[in-house]
Amino acid sequence: MARKLNLRIWRGDATDGGLKNVEVEANEGEVVLDLIHRVQATQMGDLAVRWNCKAGKCGSCSMEINGKPRLACMTQVSSFPEGEEITITPLRAFPVIKDLVTDVSFNYRKAMEIPSYEHPKNLAPGEARMEQIDVERSQEFRKCIECFLCQDVCHVVRDHEENKKSFAGPRFFIRIAELDMHPLDMLKNRKQKAQEEHGLGMCNITKCCTEVCPEHIRITDNAIIPMKERVVDVKYDPVRWLGSKIRKREGIV
Amino acid sequence: MATGVFSASRAKIKERTLRTDRWWLQPLITFSVLFSFIIYATFRAFENKYYFAEPLVSPLYSPCLSTACIEGSSPLGQPFNNEYFGIGISPALFILIFPLGFRMTCYYYRKSYYRAFWMSPPACAVAEPHAKYTGETRAPLILQNSHRWFFYAGLVFNVLLTYDAVIAFRNEEKEWGHMSIGTLVLLFSATTLWLYSLSCHTCRHTIGGRLKHFSKHPIRYKTWTWISALNHKHPTFAWISLFGVAFADIYVRQVASGAWTNFYLF
Repeated sequence: MARKLNLRIWRGDATDGGLKNVEVEANEGEVVLDLIHRVQATQMGDLAVRWNCKAGKCGSCSMEINGKPRLACMTQVSSFPEGEEITITPLRAFPVIKDLVTDVSFNYRKAMEIPSYEHPKNLAPGEARMEQIDVERSQEFRKCIECFLCQDVCHVVRDHEENKKSFAGPRFFIRIAELDMHPLDMLKNRKQKAQEEHGLGMCNITKCCTEVCPEHIRITDNAIIPMKERVVDVKYDPVRWLGSKIRKREGIV
Repeated sequence: MATGVFSASRAKIKERTLRTDRWWLQPLITFSVLFSFIIYATFRAFENKYYFAEPLVSPLYSPCLSTACIEGSSPLGQPFNNEYFGIGISPALFILIFPLGFRMTCYYYRKSYYRAFWMSPPACAVAEPHAKYTGETRAPLILQNSHRWFFYAGLVFNVLLTYDAVIAFRNEEKEWGHMSIGTLVLLFSATTLWLYSLSCHTCRHTIGGRLKHFSKHPIRYKTWTWISALNHKHPTFAWISLFGVAFADIYVRQVASGAWTNFYLF
């Protein structure tokens, strides 16, 4: 059954902007992205919004709905109580381009800074083999759809623009963890790089990244904290450090 | 210069957050409970009495190893002097360094108190009030990396507190085969402390998390899966064990001061 809803949509660009009120009809089963499209079609023809799959798999329609970073295509209108106003803004951690569209290129620059997988030299392509239990561990991280909601909510960069140069963010910590846990990855100083170059030590594990992840990846418990523990192994644990020197290996492999 | 959500390049929104839910409730509850515990534990640490009532020893004063300990409360002996510079120090002040260190550096408690006490951030997508932020990269917060050492110390304490629970199966005449309400209280406290320690992220890492090849270490992998299942409940165990320790201390205090009678079931 259709009902009328009051939306407040942020409109503007990098120079100025503000919340604009609009009333729109909502039908049963619709999501917030449907309402945005209806507003765009009927009242605000030049409203800028980024979207693609409308199925929670492309990560394009990331925005903040009533102050929470969410995918607009996965936010049911019925989850809001009758009469509640819905406020829609662009991601607040990134520079705004227009209306609900932000410049997320920060994330692509960070992605390029992560050293890629290093294959064992004695294994030709096609010879590499992995057991299923080793594959399963990193498969959780491969679910990431790069919606960057975790990057948006992380207060290290959200609340401190100056930290962007030295902090990769949760999305890239799961990438680093995935590679560091890869049984065949041969890059030896990934842990040190995570701490010294990608800013792992800046994370104070307040778990907001995990709370907003639409793929329910346990970013903090399964990637960031394990990486912090691995860094302790090589940087802050003298017993482990001594063992690695004597046995000439980075850790138990 | 404005930074964070108020930076020049970001959407011009004057509110620190647009969240409409009661985001402040969780940090408020956390702050209230942890602050109450800190006040109570500090009071008890300095009180230096009512921590032993045969056969019960308060977990805040165990193991009692100083010459100041009440007779009978030191099954491991009293190798330490309690006087320094002419001042008698409560044994609890030395003992509590280890369990408090374990909890202070615990990954779950860090999340809780960074949010509730330091408001860094107060809640997700709520702008923090600090102008600068360096996280755990420099002193004193870099010391959070000592968590595993406190974890090892915590395991020793768990063994000692389990021992206290076992000897509580005696009566006031030190005869075995009895059980009181106090026995159950100490048993509950020790059990929850074990669950809290075993579900810890450092434990999970030590058992198997640090491996690259699960397939080459099947026993450690299997144990890691069990610890991982416990790890899901780590926050719950963190709170239950905190209440368990506090209640065990309150119970022993009340019995030792004569306010309550330790009722024997058999």
